[in-house]
Amino acid sequence: MELLFNTQELIDSINIFLTNLCWNYNIPSWILTVVIMAVVAGIVAGFVAVNTMMLVLAERKIAAHMQDRLGPMRVGFHGILQTVADAIKLVLKENIMPKVADKTMFFLAPIIVFAPAMMAYVILPWSPGIIVSDLNLGVLYLLAVGSIGVIGIIMAGWSSGNKYSLLGGMRSAAQVVSYEVSMVLSILGVIMLTGSLKMGELVNAQKDIWYICYQPLGFLLYLMAATAECNRAPFDMPEAESELVAGFHTEYGGIKFAMFFLAEYANIFAVSAVCTTLFLGGWQGIPGLPITLPPIVWFLIKTYAIVFIFMWFRWTYPRVRVDQLMTFGWKLLVPLGFINILITGLVMVIK
Amino acid sequence: MEGIGQIITFYILAGIAVISAILVISLRNLVHCVISLALMMLAIAGLYITLFAEFIAMVQILIYIGAVVVLFLFLIMLTLRLTDKDIKQTNEQKGISFILAGLLLFLLVTVLNRTSWNISPEAVVENTTSKIGNLLLTTYVFPFELISVVLLACLIGAIVIARKDKD
Repeated sequence: MELLFNTQELIDSINIFLTNLCWNYNIPSWILTVVIMAVVAGIVAGFVAVNTMMLVLAERKIAAHMQDRLGPMRVGFHGILQTVADAIKLVLKENIMPKVADKTMFFLAPIIVFAPAMMAYVILPWSPGIIVSDLNLGVLYLLAVGSIGVIGIIMAGWSSGNKYSLLGGMRSAAQVVSYEVSMVLSILGVIMLTGSLKMGELVNAQKDIWYICYQPLGFLLYLMAATAECNRAPFDMPEAESELVAGFHTEYGGIKFAMFFLAEYANIFAVSAVCTTLFLGGWQGIPGLPITLPPIVWFLIKTYAIVFIFMWFRWTYPRVRVDQLMTFGWKLLVPLGFINILITGLVMVIK
Repeated sequence: MEGIGQIITFYILAGIAVISAILVISLRNLVHCVISLALMMLAIAGLYITLFAEFIAMVQILIYIGAVVVLFLFLIMLTLRLTDKDIKQTNEQKGISFILAGLLLFLLVTVLNRTSWNISPEAVVENTTSKIGNLLLTTYVFPFELISVVLLACLIGAIVIARKDKD
């Protein structure tokens, strides 16, 4: 329990132990680096898989209860093993590829969608010291990595050789390029206040007061832009069921479809974790509240609260039209983002 | 150890960049060409990282892959005719362009060989991002703003061409 609070010490002592081990047995240091990289990658991949299973179940349960249903109830207690059963079914399914599909691209698309979603986990600050790599460019890295995934979605849509898939891919391209602008603008206010892009420093700067108090507009803009970036309802134009069958992943099945699913939920978690870090004080407790919880518990509570908000959005708002989506993004979010930056700058200059 | 690692990384990344660049101009399917272009951009971003220019690398990915390549794909898909069949990438002016490209290569190699490269004695700058930011808004503020105006002109030009007059 003590170790959960002093994660920095834990990490330091593990590092010292491993370095000593290498020194005593004459292991070259690069082997150590490779082993650590492999172990960390394994942990992240495991977390993404388990987290996705939990989130899928949570989404189905939340949706069900919002619609006055019970949701999955058959597998395990209150359907708790439902996603395990679904995962097994997806993995065992036959691999189908349409005859007109572009073979290479059809195969590569799920991988290109999934890889950037995993790469975002490099900079998530779980607890002091527990971060894969606290890059100097933290937030910028996240934005750069996030922009690669859309190529996978377009590839999936195009290579399926299906008009609906193609439309889904094109909608996704237009949407992600547009909402990336407002996402950057919403984050910029926080960056201006901190003067750093490093995730660790962003968290430490919020010791006394969370940035949501200084940047309420930025927080709202980020939530909306992030919903669109993740292709979630009410902005789920790329896979709008009632218009495009299933959009860009209509032709996908089995394990390839599972990869799109994993990427979607990995993205939702990553986006929520970044929201926690930027606006809600990261791993720190609520200032002034005399509750002591381990930092990682605080981080997870806040992140899952944001995830819940995303799911809440999905089951309460109707889907917007394509033209409404563009108007909303360019004529409302982008100007509001600029106003937010202007006000932040003015206040900083006056102070 | 560091040095060898860096050299190996350079050759792998440079190899990927060159091969995918050749694919961009030789593949027959336009969408495949654009995906190769994205791969080339990614390899070049990797080269920037080996040079400790992380900021440039991230901007390279953000703008070239996240925006330019995505817009290319978008436009190719809008003009569906292009993706329907394979298109020849060359025409009868192949010979002339080979000669011109060869001349350009010769010129560049000569210039590169004749330049005396100054190796800066300074150590690697720790936080290049804030340095770049400071320089852009102090010493180089005029060129920086000028580039913004050029971009704005392009934007307005595109809108003027694309908009339909309502009269």
